[in-house]
Amino acid sequence: MEPQPNSAQSTESSSSLKVALAWLYVGVPLLWGVSQTFIKALALFK
Amino acid sequence: MAEASLLDRSRIVAGPGFNRWLIPPAALAIHLAIGQAYAFSVFKNPLMSLLSHDVDHPAPDDWTAGQVGWIFSIAIVLLGLSAAVFGTWLERVGPRKAMLASALCFAGGFFIGSYGVHIHSLPLLYFGYGVVGGIGLGIGYISPVSTLIKWFPDRPGVATGMAIMGFGGGAMIASPLSLTLMNQFKNASDNGVAATFIALGVIYLLFMQLGVWTIRVPAEGWRPAGYVPAANHNEMITTGNVLASQAIKTPQFWLLWVVLCMNVTAGIGILETASPMIQEIFSDKVLGAGRGITAAAAGGFVGLLSLFNLLGRFFWSSASDKIGRKRIYLIYFGLGIVLYALLPTLGRNASLALFVVACCLILSMYGGGFSTMPAFLSDLFGKKEVGAIHGRVLTAWSTAGVLGPLLVNYLHENAKAKQLEGAAAFQNVFYTMAGLLVVGFIADLLIRAVNDKYFVHETVTRAQAEAAPAH
Repeated sequence: MEPQPNSAQSTESSSSLKVALAWLYVGVPLLWGVSQTFIKALALFK
Repeated sequence: MAEASLLDRSRIVAGPGFNRWLIPPAALAIHLAIGQAYAFSVFKNPLMSLLSHDVDHPAPDDWTAGQVGWIFSIAIVLLGLSAAVFGTWLERVGPRKAMLASALCFAGGFFIGSYGVHIHSLPLLYFGYGVVGGIGLGIGYISPVSTLIKWFPDRPGVATGMAIMGFGGGAMIASPLSLTLMNQFKNASDNGVAATFIALGVIYLLFMQLGVWTIRVPAEGWRPAGYVPAANHNEMITTGNVLASQAIKTPQFWLLWVVLCMNVTAGIGILETASPMIQEIFSDKVLGAGRGITAAAAGGFVGLLSLFNLLGRFFWSSASDKIGRKRIYLIYFGLGIVLYALLPTLGRNASLALFVVACCLILSMYGGGFSTMPAFLSDLFGKKEVGAIHGRVLTAWSTAGVLGPLLVNYLHENAKAKQLEGAAAFQNVFYTMAGLLVVGFIADLLIRAVNDKYFVHETVTRAQAEAAPAH
């Protein structure tokens, strides 16, 4: 049995999951805002 | 001995294995929220017609455009002042407590402002959104900066660019969000503004909690894996530290203050007048009947400028890690001078596409000027109190935020009084902005490494350093 590597792996994956969730939390509203602005900007080229 | 609270700096020191890529989203959670300030104009018409509900036919007691305009101006002035005043406190207590204070003030500003709208009290709105909210803006703006620089010593420009990009992005979220909320509450007697303020206060208070509870500071002596500070010594990048109280005694600090002030004022030259400017310069008279820029297209132009402002914050700041801070500001100013000087000609020749490209480039460098500043300060003064020093430099933004629009409006109105039209009505605005950029260029050119006498030596205590006379 090798508990140490498994535990380290688990910490690593939970850390990566946390990072992904944190980026989603800020990324989704940011992308929504950018897309709304981009749609508005298209009016200049019509 | 009392146990340290969850908010104290000592409780947020990251343990081994902490992933530093959690810090940029924590910073973004704050900056995306407080960036709302730049979308405040969506409330202008609703606030000017609280009693009449018709902005074209206001009631005698309805607030005027000038009165409503002061709400944003007060908030920006308080942003700079509070960043300057609370910077040293932030360095002492750490980013978590500062972020929580920012969230409470920013949301509190909305709540107080909402009551001000409800009872139709302009002073209460000034105090709420302007003063209390403005303090939240200032503390929030600087709260993640020094932490980011300490976590990313290998690419400070990228790190601060990401966070400060959020401030630009915040307006893009807040504008459609506020319009949606006001539409939802439109049956209320106050055009839905009070309820929208409450909703925004709650949303932002909750949203900012990610930053508050995720932020960590690196342990003393921590370095990213594999990072070795550059061996070839660059005199413009210090390894020492200058305290904020000493930094303001250096010529470098005031040169950077001028650099920021000129860059912001020049950007405001475009931002402040973007919509009427493009409609006036490229009217039906210039482009031909039915081919002039409409109000909707002008709105698109403003949107495009916002996008370039956002992208510039990340792009230029990241590029400064490679090119160097002083050189990148020389590019902002040098290129800016050329572009501003070209705008009247492009307008006269009806070169719409080139005019738009030039304005977008100018706005990208306006954004870049904001986001590159913390890394420039860190290079010159060290990382120890860079947040506090940055806070003091931000008073340049407050100054530019008030003086810029005054200058632009004065020059434009003066031209109109002389019966000038189209591009000619904006010629003096553009040339004046180019002149301001010349001042910024010279100030940047004069920046040299900070004199050794200002640096903290480990054997000197803070009290001794602060008591040292100015030279």
